[in-house]
Amino acid sequence: MQQKLHGKQSSPYTAPIVKEINMESTKVHDQEMLSLLESIYKKYGYDFRQYSEAHVNRRIKNRMMLSGMKNISEVEFKILHDQSFAGQLLQDLSITVTEMFRDPGFYSSLRENVIPILKTYPFIKIWHAGCSTGQEAYSLAIILKEEGLYDRTTIYATDFNQQALDQAKDGIFSNDLIKEYTINYQLSGGKESLSNYYTSDYDHVIMNQSLKKNIVWANHNLVIDSVFAEVHIILCRNVLIYFERNLQNKVQQLFFDSLVSGGILCLGSKEGLRFTDFFNAYTELDKKERIFKKKY
Amino acid sequence: MHIPSWIKRNEFLKKNIKMQYEAIAIGVSSGGLNALKIILFSLPAGFAIPIIIVQHVSARSEGYWIELLNEKSNILIKEADEKEKIENGIAYVAAPNYHLMIEKDKTFSLTIEERVNYARPSIDVLFESAAICYKNKLIGIILTGANSDGSKGIKQIQEYGGLTIVQDPEKAESSLMPESAISAIKPDHILPLEEIASLLINLDKKNNN
Repeated sequence: MQQKLHGKQSSPYTAPIVKEINMESTKVHDQEMLSLLESIYKKYGYDFRQYSEAHVNRRIKNRMMLSGMKNISEVEFKILHDQSFAGQLLQDLSITVTEMFRDPGFYSSLRENVIPILKTYPFIKIWHAGCSTGQEAYSLAIILKEEGLYDRTTIYATDFNQQALDQAKDGIFSNDLIKEYTINYQLSGGKESLSNYYTSDYDHVIMNQSLKKNIVWANHNLVIDSVFAEVHIILCRNVLIYFERNLQNKVQQLFFDSLVSGGILCLGSKEGLRFTDFFNAYTELDKKERIFKKKY
Repeated sequence: MHIPSWIKRNEFLKKNIKMQYEAIAIGVSSGGLNALKIILFSLPAGFAIPIIIVQHVSARSEGYWIELLNEKSNILIKEADEKEKIENGIAYVAAPNYHLMIEKDKTFSLTIEERVNYARPSIDVLFESAAICYKNKLIGIILTGANSDGSKGIKQIQEYGGLTIVQDPEKAESSLMPESAISAIKPDHILPLEEIASLLINLDKKNNN
């Protein structure tokens, strides 16, 4: 199932309504870089102006080098006139590195500390924000299945990167990766054999249809899109690390507004709420694994 | 004896003194724990220049070694947190399985992008962002290691006018990483570990005058 949660950005190449540029949030970028990021936003609707500068710098300079370009203005020109280059740069700026059961300790804590809470709900809605190529969404589906909760769950798995989302929906992963995923799965307290959840050929595995049934794959951009559902859990791991503090706060507001009272927020193993305005809005369910519970 | 972190950091360290060197970036791989011990344990309490370290470790490392180092050191040694502001008198270590970068406002950023030189954290990634941030107020150091990560980064530190130090390959547990750095640049200093420590202590003293 593929659906669009918000109309603002149906294709990577439609121009959005250009909002007034917020100078305060953009001052850390060099003038040249800022001009490039503004062009990307105006033409394609993707707003990287409040992304971590070191990250954006590194990714764009890498692309510049690979394409033999000399300066940022050359990149800007090409962005405006060459859509395939723009698509490429978009992929560069969107980090799709992920694994099934990434950080096994997190997934075992999820089983131990979060599943018992979920069992008290008649139906469960989960928002997996920034799902990239889907590995963690499938991991979640597997745990819910093993805990007997999958049939009453809807997982909204969202990302702004349509290419990654399409891959996620296919659920086809390279065989080379499965070995690592299997170790992760076992370390996370998996109850079966991971191979029960996929079919393999020589090079690839394809995830079982039964895991996909209750996953809604949707294009949603945390930077510009808004609340679309009230959910019991939000999983957003290793996405906020790329955002500046202002943007982190804005997205945390979005999460806060989307979660039910007592809802669960799961962040990446090095992410936290300490440097945001929401530190006091949650209690720590598992400090080490960065699992938080929204206060009543 | 374990010294609580609040005792380790003197109040004067927080003051904004104009310093010649504002940060030290260290890249180290195999043999790193011993090398880091020699340097970090030599630094006196009150050593002000913040230190940022990339030590190659396995993705599943739990970081107990950082606590062990901290227990025996005169300065505070801790993992670098996402968005944390870099402060004087602290040695920060990159978290396993994340690249560590420095923003222009002297805070840390983490990324999980692809491995660089087969490493995450990668020394090149830290050094390149540190060079852009601190320019000629940075000291870059390459220590023992069995790969060539850090060579590009130390070159960048030199190009931005920073001070470059490489461990003497003949004295290093693994010579490849220092050798690779030396073939990439002509470092300001090629020294054994003990002398790197003394040099840092001298530079820190001069810094405060």
